[in-house]
Amino acid sequence: MLERFAKKIGYDDPLEVYLSKLQALVYGDYPLSRRSIALLLLQEDKDVLDLIKDKEKERLDEILKIVGEAGAHYSHPLTYIIGQRRQEEANRICDAAISFKERQRVTLRERLSKVLMNPFTGGPILLFVLYYGLYKFVGTFGAGVLVDFMEDKVFGEYISPFMINLVKSTLPFKLLQDLLVGEYGIITLGVRYAMAIILPIVATFFFAFAVVEDTGYLPRLAMLIDQLFKKIGLSGRAVIPMVLGLGCDTMATMVTRTLPTKRERIIATLLLALAIPCSAQMGVILALLGDNPLGLVVWLGVIILVFLVVGFLAAKIMPGELPTFYMEIPPLRLPHLSNILRKTYSRLRWYFWEILPLFIFASVFIWLGQITGIFNVLVRILEHPVRWIGLPSEAGVAFLFGFFRRDYGAAGLYDLKKAGLLSGNQLVVASVTLTLFLPCIAQLLMNIKERGMRMGMVMSVFILWFSFTVGYLLNIILTLLNLQL
Amino acid sequence: MLSERAEEILEALWIQMEEQGKKQLDLGASRDEPAIDELSRLGFIRKDLDHIHLLEKGKAHASGCIRRHRLAERLLTDVFYVRKKIIDEVSCKFEHLLHKGLEDNVCTILGHPKVCPHGKPIPSGRCCTEKKEKRALKFVARLADLDVKDKGHIAYLQTKDRSQMQKLISIGAIPGVSIVLLQKFPSYVFQTGQSQFAVDKELASSIYVRLTK
Repeated sequence: MLERFAKKIGYDDPLEVYLSKLQALVYGDYPLSRRSIALLLLQEDKDVLDLIKDKEKERLDEILKIVGEAGAHYSHPLTYIIGQRRQEEANRICDAAISFKERQRVTLRERLSKVLMNPFTGGPILLFVLYYGLYKFVGTFGAGVLVDFMEDKVFGEYISPFMINLVKSTLPFKLLQDLLVGEYGIITLGVRYAMAIILPIVATFFFAFAVVEDTGYLPRLAMLIDQLFKKIGLSGRAVIPMVLGLGCDTMATMVTRTLPTKRERIIATLLLALAIPCSAQMGVILALLGDNPLGLVVWLGVIILVFLVVGFLAAKIMPGELPTFYMEIPPLRLPHLSNILRKTYSRLRWYFWEILPLFIFASVFIWLGQITGIFNVLVRILEHPVRWIGLPSEAGVAFLFGFFRRDYGAAGLYDLKKAGLLSGNQLVVASVTLTLFLPCIAQLLMNIKERGMRMGMVMSVFILWFSFTVGYLLNIILTLLNLQL
Repeated sequence: MLSERAEEILEALWIQMEEQGKKQLDLGASRDEPAIDELSRLGFIRKDLDHIHLLEKGKAHASGCIRRHRLAERLLTDVFYVRKKIIDEVSCKFEHLLHKGLEDNVCTILGHPKVCPHGKPIPSGRCCTEKKEKRALKFVARLADLDVKDKGHIAYLQTKDRSQMQKLISIGAIPGVSIVLLQKFPSYVFQTGQSQFAVDKELASSIYVRLTK
């Protein structure tokens, strides 16, 4: 249908000559017209060049020669020449079809946009968004009210007892009973964690994120933060995966694909794995330190410091192209509830099916680890670094589980806190170390998938070492300063 | 003062040696020209049997000539809208009028351009590195040097590499498009047509804007 309306944009004579020469040399079968292929060749599009190398082997030299000649004919790159001509044509069409009313007054929307982009008002607004969007809505409502309801009522009173009874009465083997409904069973741990803890937290986060996204706030935040992010080797654009990381680091690591250079992708992946706590983790850490505001401040301060220092050093060490920042600033819009719900739902559905198997896998793994005794060995190994940072050996279990889900680990600490085994200082040191500690297994797999086996492993070893070093130093500093948090 | 012909020879020598990488030049047809003698008398060139060599003193003078020639080309294209076809001819005459002092003012008016309209580099002058900008009249300036609310049309783009250029083209920052600078800090925000974009300082320094009142 569209072809009827398709109109060729004519270029100037020499370019048309080169185009027709190229078109005559391109024989292969392509999803695009031969003219489009020729145009992309002239613009030295990498993907099309690769395609040509494959499909036009015999004529490759000739094709490249013509591309070279065409480039030499013009004093500007051909992308520039072609882009300019297309713009001309687009303007011609728009001028004939669109007219703009002369606007006299500055609208409220424009004023609000200015306020958001002003560094003096933008900062407080960011704090406001983080406080209400993240802390109040996701932290207090999602990780508090909803999780309590799901965990204590839905699972605690109905699903778990029912399933435990069902399994115990139908399955006679203790080993299999443990696998399904034991302390770390698939249903009692895996499914319960996925449905009762992760689901409400991530659902509220995705909802808040969709609201922020649809208003057009994120590009404005990106332009505010660009100069700071340049110092850590990223551009303002990276603010999107970073904010998303506050919801789920695994998902955010996947979103680092949208960053333009490899260098930015590596730095962003490292910072996400190390210093961006995901919402599930934050939920439990808020529960750990919620009654200890000073401890919360120290935790936040250390995490922010680590984020900046590691980013700064990574930017110094990493070779490669420096980031540039360019982004469209769309007009501010009032989000539509239906769009937000649809977005939240589709992300949640995708996310849930993505992580549920991982939870089940983690449960099976823990079960296997326990019956074979591997876990006891690992826990005993981990007890050493745990003691170095001034924690009781029991916290070793929390760190091991922290690897399967970062929030498992925090939840393990929560049990220790309830039992009165941890002092204020120990809680802060443990929270810091656990936040920095190896990403959860899902994120580790994602790191390897996105960054390759070597880079993924190097990062993990660095993080393992670094998290305990920071915990160790923090413990010493707190002791030396004689601070009791 | 050097004759026009001598300056032209000097420029041609400089281009062949500095930009085309030749070591020496055949004397050829210009063997008996008085301008050649003029140049060797001044110590700008050395002449042996069939070749001309450009000497350091001559190089310095030549790069000044090239600078004036290419600035003249920019001035004629960006401010006076002279047609591209006759640019070369007119600027050959024009450059001789742009003498020391004047050339730096022209350079400032044009926003310290780095390349001529043909894409060849313009040797930089003292005005380009001086931090303090004289509030001279500006006709063309880099987006990064504009004041908030300044408006104009994009005159041309000058980026350090192709990918930067592609980024600018992809957001529609293309010569001829009207542009208004909305904000300078912490990033540069500008409007082209009905869309707003944020860029960093580096990209903002790559967009040369012909200002309108």
